[in-house]
Amino acid sequence: MAAYNLIATTTVGSSGAASIVFSGIPQTYTDLKVVMSLRSNTADASSGYYFDVFLNGVSANRSGRYVQGNGSVIGNGSYTPWGVQTSGDMTASVFSSGEMCIPNYTGSSYKSFSTDSVQENNATLSRLVLVAGLWSDTAAVTSITLTAAAGLFVQYSSATLYGIKNS
Amino acid sequence: MAVSAYEVISTQTLSTTAATVTLSSIPQTYTDLVLVLRGTSTVDDTIMMQFNSDTGSNYSWTQFGADGGSGVFSSRGSGLTSFRIGYGNTGQGSHITQVINYSNATTFKTSLSRSNKGADDVRAIVGLWRNTNAITSLTIIQTSGSFATGTTISLYGIKASA
Repeated sequence: MAAYNLIATTTVGSSGAASIVFSGIPQTYTDLKVVMSLRSNTADASSGYYFDVFLNGVSANRSGRYVQGNGSVIGNGSYTPWGVQTSGDMTASVFSSGEMCIPNYTGSSYKSFSTDSVQENNATLSRLVLVAGLWSDTAAVTSITLTAAAGLFVQYSSATLYGIKNS
Repeated sequence: MAVSAYEVISTQTLSTTAATVTLSSIPQTYTDLVLVLRGTSTVDDTIMMQFNSDTGSNYSWTQFGADGGSGVFSSRGSGLTSFRIGYGNTGQGSHITQVINYSNATTFKTSLSRSNKGADDVRAIVGLWRNTNAITSLTIIQTSGSFATGTTISLYGIKASA
C-alpha cells in the first residue's frame, strides 16, 4: 500500500503571489511533507531571501533554531522565518529547493517540524539552511501557509504537499 | 499503473517507556529505509542506532548543527558500538534517518539523519556501519533515560524500481 501520497500542488502564476496556501488538509495521514521550489521578486538585501511558515494561519507560539552556511561562514540563531528562497536579484531562472516535514500533524502534542532549504545560484552568495521548528499548540494542522518575507513569489514558484501514512 | 515507491514496513506507539526499541525482520525488498521518530524522551540525551544487534566497535558518525547553548557545533565519534542519529529531549522532537542501500551485501552501510530537538537544537548527522551484511534489524537507543510513552516510531521502505 502506498505510504506517500500527493495531496496538492501549486504553481504560482504570472501575477506572482505573496503566499502559497494549502488548506483543508486531510486528517488521514501521519506526517506531512512539503517540497518547494521558490523565488521572490525582492532583492536579497531587502529580505527577499527568506520565507515564513504559518500552521493554521497562526503566528503565535512559534519558535525555532537554524544553522546556516553561506559559502564563507556558518552561523546559527533562533528566529521565526523558516527557510530560504532565491532572491529577486540572484542569478536569473534559478529557484531554490527545499522541503518541510511535519510529523504527527494530527496529534494533540506540540508540533515539531523541520525545513531544509538551499539557494545555490552560481554566484558569490548562496545559502544552505537547516531549521528545527516548534509550534507550541495542540491543534491538529489543517493548513500550511508559505509567505514571502518581502514582496511576492514569482511565476513558476511551486510547492507540493504530500501525506505520509504509517499504517 | 502507478507503483508505490514508499511503503510502510512497521509502526508502533510506545505504551510504556522504553530505553531501546528494536525493529526486526526487515524485508529485503526495498532499496532504502526511512525511520521517523516522533515524540519525547525522559531526559535530554543522544539517540543512537545499531544494526543487526552488532555490538562490535564498528560504527562511526559525524555531525554538525546548532543549539541555543553552544551555538554552532560539529563533532564526530568512531570505533563505537552504535552511531548517533539524533538528540532526544523532554519536549517534542522529530528525528528522521535514511539508511541507504541497506539490503546489499557488498558495501558498508551509511545513513543520513536530520534531528530536531524542539526549537533548541537542529543537526544533520552522517553514520557508518563498517559491515557488509544486509541490514535485517535495527535498534534505536536512548542513551540515558528512555523514550517516553506515546512516542511513535515508523519504518518505511523505498523502492528504486518496480
